[in-house]
Amino acid sequence: MIHVKNLSLSIHGTPILDQVSLTIAEGQIFGLVGESGSGKSMTALALMQLLPTGAVATGHARLDGTDLLALPEAGMRALRGASLAMIFQEPMTALNPVQPIGVQVAETLLIHGAADRGKARKIARDCLHRVGLGHIGTEVYPHALSGGQRQRVCIAAAIALRPRLLIADEPTTALDVTTQAQILDLLKALVTEQNMALLLITHDLAVVTDTASRIAVMHQGRIVEQGKTTDILRRHRHPYTRTLCKASAHRPERQNHAAPEPLLQLSKVVRLYPGRRQGFFRRGTPLRAVDGVSFDLHYGESLGLVGESGCGKSTLARAILGLEPIQGGRITAFGKPVSPQLPNALRARIQVVFQDPYGSFNPRWRVEHLVAEPLHLMANPPVGRARRDHVAEALKAVHLTPKDMDKYPHEFSGGQRQRIAIARALMTHPDIIVLDEAVSALDVSVRARILDLLATLQTRMKLGYLFISHDLTVVRAITDRVLVMQAGRIVEHGATRAVFSSPRHACTRTLLQAAPGLRAM
Amino acid sequence: MRRFPLALWIGVALSALFLITALLSLVWVPHDVTRLVIAGRLQPASTTFPLGTDQFGRDILSMLMVGARTSIAVALVAVGIGMLIGVPLGLAAAALRGSLPDEIIMRGNDLIFAFPSLVIAILITAVFGPSAVNAILAIGIFNIPVFARVARGGALGVWTLDYILAARTAGKGRVRISAEHILPNIANLLIVQATIQFSLGILAEAALSYVGLGARPPTPSWGRMLAEAQTMIYTHPMLALLPGGAIMLMVLGLNLMGDGLRDLLDPRIRRARQ
Repeated sequence: MIHVKNLSLSIHGTPILDQVSLTIAEGQIFGLVGESGSGKSMTALALMQLLPTGAVATGHARLDGTDLLALPEAGMRALRGASLAMIFQEPMTALNPVQPIGVQVAETLLIHGAADRGKARKIARDCLHRVGLGHIGTEVYPHALSGGQRQRVCIAAAIALRPRLLIADEPTTALDVTTQAQILDLLKALVTEQNMALLLITHDLAVVTDTASRIAVMHQGRIVEQGKTTDILRRHRHPYTRTLCKASAHRPERQNHAAPEPLLQLSKVVRLYPGRRQGFFRRGTPLRAVDGVSFDLHYGESLGLVGESGCGKSTLARAILGLEPIQGGRITAFGKPVSPQLPNALRARIQVVFQDPYGSFNPRWRVEHLVAEPLHLMANPPVGRARRDHVAEALKAVHLTPKDMDKYPHEFSGGQRQRIAIARALMTHPDIIVLDEAVSALDVSVRARILDLLATLQTRMKLGYLFISHDLTVVRAITDRVLVMQAGRIVEHGATRAVFSSPRHACTRTLLQAAPGLRAM
Repeated sequence: MRRFPLALWIGVALSALFLITALLSLVWVPHDVTRLVIAGRLQPASTTFPLGTDQFGRDILSMLMVGARTSIAVALVAVGIGMLIGVPLGLAAAALRGSLPDEIIMRGNDLIFAFPSLVIAILITAVFGPSAVNAILAIGIFNIPVFARVARGGALGVWTLDYILAARTAGKGRVRISAEHILPNIANLLIVQATIQFSLGILAEAALSYVGLGARPPTPSWGRMLAEAQTMIYTHPMLALLPGGAIMLMVLGLNLMGDGLRDLLDPRIRRARQ
């Protein structure tokens, strides 16, 4: 039904896609897998003819015999939304915040003149019902919905005209595991029901293993291998597929070096957020974001903290870093209490690496300045030559060269930036590093290298890691013990292997079941 | 898309022209603007007087040149006052967001905003007497809330970013973070706002001079040149058209430059253009 042949694309003369050919049949889910920059999204945009200015596409892309590349813009407009629909990664920004969701779903129908206002509204209601949002009505605005619900609205709008092909570009990357599983189930059911084709674009091999019947692996603008999912993943004919599979199941070599004495101790920690304003002076009951959490972290130990988004993981991290006050219990590090008044000498021993390799650096600073920032915590920070040497040493520790010091952060890739973030965290020779989703935004092969790096650094410097993540594969690969958090409480804790093989709490079981392909790999 | 749009070029060229003229008037003008030669009044354009003379026999070109200096000086200092006080206030409000000081600063700004600015400016100059200094103060005060709001709005967005959290784990305080991280990242917003406020300052100065509350005679000023030409607008229209045109071109140039700079500096718009 969809037949792409020798699709090549260049933007301002830079080749992006090279001879991409693929075929998708009715009722089939086709997975397009590759790392960032491999050209997956550009393939999708070429099919939709939504390419950026300066793009030149050659080859054929036929939908039921019509060549999409040869169609004029007016013809494409008639197809977009009707025969070809697309959903995106970021459901937060894909919806218009000032329109109720019913109107947004009905919009496609009205634009294509498929129904009058009343009928469109009725179809919109049916579509929302179909994607599992029947109970919330059509008059709700996007801000009142969760990420998963917003993605459902996007799906409802996409299927309103029963498209022949639905393109889903990283539809679940921004969602947590349980929501991801639900969205994938919904997409699967819709494909069978409407007999449409689904092009599922993702960087996550685990997502396609359970979902797609055929996959294509993309690398540097080329499809290196395609075929039945089971074949591709079992045989690994192409070396790149092999690397990709190996990287996504990668476990760094490490031994449990945990020393008996605790570095960090939390006892019945409570973090409250003020309740919703009720009237002018009254506030509702405060929200217990962290509710009686207790645990220890030892020298040289990796402790995992997992849970769905909104369970209080990051709030807890900020309290441990001494950035926010706690309203109950106590946090002690190295035997001293942790609070926003933490003295600099102690603060130097607890450092952090954040998720977003793009947002963690001031774009106007050079790497030397960025990495040297925590030196502010030292009583006598090195200056000039000594500072440069210090930075050079930290950069070398994360396998970057001292020459990188004079560059700006935008000159680096995501993985390199995360190395810079680790270098920055190492500057003050800390004992504890909080890794808040530190590898979640990275491609699998980059992730594997960063995990190796973290393991080596841990052995060398006896670091204690608090590894916060929603990605269970990563947590299993790098942690000794794991804590499962739900609604501000620790519901299960224990040795990682034990918790993963025989989970006791319902929440842990849901998380494990939802994690795609965790058992398969 | 052109990287450096035409409108920005025109804006920069016009602004630069007036700036250079004003600077030149510091060291050289064709004729002394304080000497009145009644015998040579209302002369048409000639080689000695390229734009003619006014009703007191002063050279119009020289008047315009010195007038540009007055306008630019008043507007520049007024914008400076607004930035020097407004930006720190806005940064402080953002750093202490949601707290009582934030509310006090921003509601105080609302209070100043709520007054019709020109009326208050007239009040100030009427009480303290008309002079360039009082005009500067009057215009400057109304620039404070503008810069405070722009700074606070931009800063709030920057405060949510991870690198601010990283700076906090590096033990840096609010003042230091505001100076090192926030200010450089909202500088583009402030620059654009400054060009816009600058052109509004020129207009305000002209308006105050027009009603006789700006720079005192004999210091030439575009606004007063307009006022003085008013009675002769039918017999000698050039006397009004020349200062009026100067004001218009200067403001147009600054606005074009402000718009162009915003397009060039605002990353959101820049991304959309690519």
